[in-house]
Amino acid sequence: MFDLFARVFGREDASKEVAKERLRLVLVHDRASLSPQALESLKNDLLNVISQYLDIDDQGFRVDFSRHEDAMALIANIPIKKKVGRPL
Amino acid sequence: MGEAIVITSGKGGVGKTTTTANIGAGLAQAGQRVALIDADIGLRNLDVVMGLENRIVYDLVDVVEGFAKLKNALIKDKRFNENLYLLPAAQTRDKTAVSPEQMRDLVSSMKEEFDFVLIDCPAGIEQGFKNAVAGSDRAVVVATPEVSSVRDADRIIGLLEAEEKHHPSLIVNRIRPSMVKKGDMMDINDMIEILAIELLGVVPDDEFIVVSTNRGEPAVLNTQSQAGQAYRNIARRLMGENVPMMKLEDDNQGFIGRLRKMMGIKG
Ligand SMILES: Nc1ncnc2c1ncn2[C@@H]1O[C@H](COP(=O)(O)OP(=O)(O)OP(=O)(O)O)[C@@H](O)[C@H]1O
Ligand SMILES: [Mg+2]
Repeated sequence: MFDLFARVFGREDASKEVAKERLRLVLVHDRASLSPQALESLKNDLLNVISQYLDIDDQGFRVDFSRHEDAMALIANIPIKKKVGRPL
Repeated sequence: MGEAIVITSGKGGVGKTTTTANIGAGLAQAGQRVALIDADIGLRNLDVVMGLENRIVYDLVDVVEGFAKLKNALIKDKRFNENLYLLPAAQTRDKTAVSPEQMRDLVSSMKEEFDFVLIDCPAGIEQGFKNAVAGSDRAVVVATPEVSSVRDADRIIGLLEAEEKHHPSLIVNRIRPSMVKKGDMMDINDMIEILAIELLGVVPDDEFIVVSTNRGEPAVLNTQSQAGQAYRNIARRLMGENVPMMKLEDDNQGFIGRLRKMMGIKG
């Protein structure tokens, strides 16, 4: 009986959901021709540049690809601690 | 002037050759004049899948190099009146034996004689792929509902769309309705959503494909085979007919079926 309900209402652990999620991630990188390692170094460079102007909370710093309808976007979330003066 | 269609996939072993043989046979059955080109030089297979391996005299490379005339290299499949021909691949050469330019010339001369020229593409994205795609007007991408196959299909679609002339469409091969129902296999909508291309057809995983390959008789010749029916439908769609997608249900497995079973209702 439980099995029936689980099936009717969609199992969360259905392996196709895992497959879809993994595909989504891997395709984002494939389509942008950017490896996860390259994305990591892009993040570091971005962090370094922005840190020259702003005090960034690097715990909350996030850079990721995202799909908006048909287009691909690089979305960065950069929490700022406080403004600092321009570098000397 | 006919149309040249390349059957491609990126990943190996997902059903390109099976698909080429069956769509070709399906089109020929429906009265179209069809030529099949095995572009998998060095790994010739379309001949054995079609059951024509004993009739090869010349091959694709012989024709391209001017060693044989096209009409002498084409093998006529006698089961399909005067409608179906195969140009086999060379077995003892490799992908560099022909160039994309040579393929383009060959295919365009074949389009003058045939309604459809189907090109069986080798796996991969290198020279063999470039050769197979060079002369084609449109591309059919075959993928199975698995992560690696869909990933490779996406790569191929990217390469085809970059050229802006192939308008790729998708055949989902080896669907297993019982696994889809359990949520353990991606369904058609999942695949379309991920790959974002037009759906040309759905072919179920069918034991009869193995039987028909053993015999060298395309599955479309068998009226009982579900895969054969699926390929006949695809052939009709390529001819411009509007054929609804096949309903793939395994018996008594639907919600109502299970409910009935649970309540002990038969039938
Ligand atoms: N719908 C199906 N149901 C059952 N078996 C299938 C189906 N489609 C293909 N197969 C089997 O899968 C195997 C690979 O098929 P096929 O040779 O057509 O793939 P391919 O993409 O041409 O491979 P390659 O990349 O090596 O050229 C074969 O043994 C074939 O019989
Ligand atoms: Mg093959």
